[in-house]
Amino acid sequence: MDPLSWGEIIIRIFGQFTPVWIALVLTFVISIKFKHSLGLYGRLFDSMVGMVGFALVMFWAYTALFTGLFDWIATHDPLTQVSGMKNKVPGTAISNPAEGLYEYYLLGGDNLARDVFSRVVKGSVIVIAIAPFATLFAYMVGITLGLPAGYYGGKLDTFLSFAANLILAFPVILLFYLLVTPEIALVGIPAYMAAALFIFPLIFLAMLLNSKYETRPSVRTPVLMVVIGIGFLIYMSAISDTNRYTLVDFWPSFLDLYDVNPEILIVFVSVVFVNSPTIFRIVRGLTLDVKARDYVAAAQTRGESPWYIMLWEILPNVRGPLIVDFCLRIGYTTILLGTLGFFGLGLPPESPDWGTTINDGRRLLSVYLHPALVPAFSLLSLVLGLNLLADGLREESLKD
Amino acid sequence: MLQFIGRRLGIMLLTALCLTFVVFFLTNLYPNLEKLAKTQGNFRMSEEQVDTWLANRGYKRNMFIKYGEWLGVVPGYVITGTDGETRARCARKGSAIEDASTYCGVLQGDWGYSTVSKEPVGDVLLGLSDNPETPRDDSRPGRLQLTGYLMMWAMIVTIPIALLVGIFAGMREGSKTDRTLSTFSIATSATPEYVSGVVLIAIFASSAVGLKWFKGSAAQAMTAPGLENFTLPVLTIALFNIGYIARMTRASMAEVMTAQYIRTARLKGVSFAGIVIKHALRNALIAPFTIIALQIPYLLTGVVITETLFNYKGIGWQLVQAAGNNDIEMLLGVSVVSVVIVLISQLISDIGYVFLNPRIRLS
Repeated sequence: MDPLSWGEIIIRIFGQFTPVWIALVLTFVISIKFKHSLGLYGRLFDSMVGMVGFALVMFWAYTALFTGLFDWIATHDPLTQVSGMKNKVPGTAISNPAEGLYEYYLLGGDNLARDVFSRVVKGSVIVIAIAPFATLFAYMVGITLGLPAGYYGGKLDTFLSFAANLILAFPVILLFYLLVTPEIALVGIPAYMAAALFIFPLIFLAMLLNSKYETRPSVRTPVLMVVIGIGFLIYMSAISDTNRYTLVDFWPSFLDLYDVNPEILIVFVSVVFVNSPTIFRIVRGLTLDVKARDYVAAAQTRGESPWYIMLWEILPNVRGPLIVDFCLRIGYTTILLGTLGFFGLGLPPESPDWGTTINDGRRLLSVYLHPALVPAFSLLSLVLGLNLLADGLREESLKD
Repeated sequence: MLQFIGRRLGIMLLTALCLTFVVFFLTNLYPNLEKLAKTQGNFRMSEEQVDTWLANRGYKRNMFIKYGEWLGVVPGYVITGTDGETRARCARKGSAIEDASTYCGVLQGDWGYSTVSKEPVGDVLLGLSDNPETPRDDSRPGRLQLTGYLMMWAMIVTIPIALLVGIFAGMREGSKTDRTLSTFSIATSATPEYVSGVVLIAIFASSAVGLKWFKGSAAQAMTAPGLENFTLPVLTIALFNIGYIARMTRASMAEVMTAQYIRTARLKGVSFAGIVIKHALRNALIAPFTIIALQIPYLLTGVVITETLFNYKGIGWQLVQAAGNNDIEMLLGVSVVSVVIVLISQLISDIGYVFLNPRIRLS
């Protein structure tokens, strides 16, 4: 068969993404129709920059969702090598394709004769699965430590700030090279760190509910018991592993709901660890700024508990800058994940994530461009989308 | 002011000690040492052999003592091993053990030896020679000099462009210029070095479809830096930082332009150019200055990526090599250098902020 022309390649790729387009159009139509009742999210659709950013982010989110859940979009398996397709240019037809195999490598083959297009699509699942969650966890850590540091001040603040500055003074890449190695994993340091970092969302949730319902013990006790019970089960399942790199080996296996892939766990933990000090500093600064306001003084006079003031008075009032920073930080986390992949740290070498693929592709970059350029532009578009989204949100939230 | 600097220096020292200890601890964990023993001794060593090998060389002692020795505040070990040989930490090849100095650590300028190239770590990194009889070849500069050169040029390109972009965007907020320049800076700050480097190589250096203006490798730039082999690495580092600094400058400039004293100057009839140059710039540049100094830790990450991508043998390249080869002393040396760079840049940022901002200076 003849190779495809560029026009045909674009049409076919466009066709592969059909479910994503449908989902995108639906999202936009519904959101714009009800934008007046959707708060800050609805106002996002008043700004062009915000809409472009949102579209880029949602494009990759839907791609990852449909690929991860239903295995749509991708044309080939990301690990299968097809003979004769090594370093082939985009649009090359597979000679004698097996029954049911897609006939073309839409964006060419890489140096191991794997389909570049499918690898990029599959890679988005890894990025979209890790980056937002790692950022969310880092936020839980940063908020849980930053609020009391800013609110109480004093020795607690001095100590926590020193610790945060200590981590920030490490060049990120050095930290990664020290933390994300098989030797360190053998000692179990990532497992200890996971145990320490993953407890924060639990503390955060418990504090949040406890401070809200403190005055009504009949509601508080059952709610807290259910939430902490479920949270603890999820927490223990996350840090205990039946196979290796384990810290908690006493946890019975029938209560171990799932096992986290140890490689992903190391990457996840180190990204959370690197991100939390910055968020701590942001939250602490915002708290310092807000705690002198009248509504805080009013709550203190009412006799509210410190955690109630922190979580239900201060935190909702500083959400604007935090939401904007959250979007920016997902982008930054995506860049960090790419960096880890680029240096071959953590994730397995055949992993289709974008950083690893760029690293694979760069070796032959002066001759074959497509294996490195395609993931590079994918990463660029996602991070750009997140930055534009953050910019749009900032603009709209400043309009109040 | 002196008290302020003194306190900052104290915290800096404490931070440096903590950081180097963390690195020391992580690099000297047992699996790393076991790997070291097997690569230095032989790969088929049994567990007991590994243990004696490590014990004979002083590795199997308290982490704090080893750290003190490495730092140079605890006397170096002298151990008569189970194989009858006496080894001392401070002994040098070709001289007797009795002649060895008591202390030999980073503070004495003794950084240990790379286990891969067998060269002294201090010499490789700093390009110095502590032995006057074998002076280093001047044509092989130290890793730090090479990285410093790269960072200097990256800064020379970044700072003027970033400040100009930020000032022009921020002086008329919401204008067409602002929109265009802001989009540019958002786009560049969304482009990490490994993306921009790949794209730049594809456009300018690829032998298949590229313009072939520059080279995709900066290996020659170490001895003969020129436009052809040095442009792409410098641009790669600069691009990412331009976006960030420009956005900070824009925010700072836009804030200053709405201030009361600018309105007063305007009502007095000062021309727009006069307002920007005489009244706004001075105040608008305080924040970017601190940002530039604080960017240096991030710049270091960019340098590691760029040096790896372009095969430029500076500190970053050395870090990747040392980590890949379990070269413990070298990894420690690289960490010391990068930690010192980061801390000094933070100090400059702090002091500079105080100097530039009269509200803080006078109180």
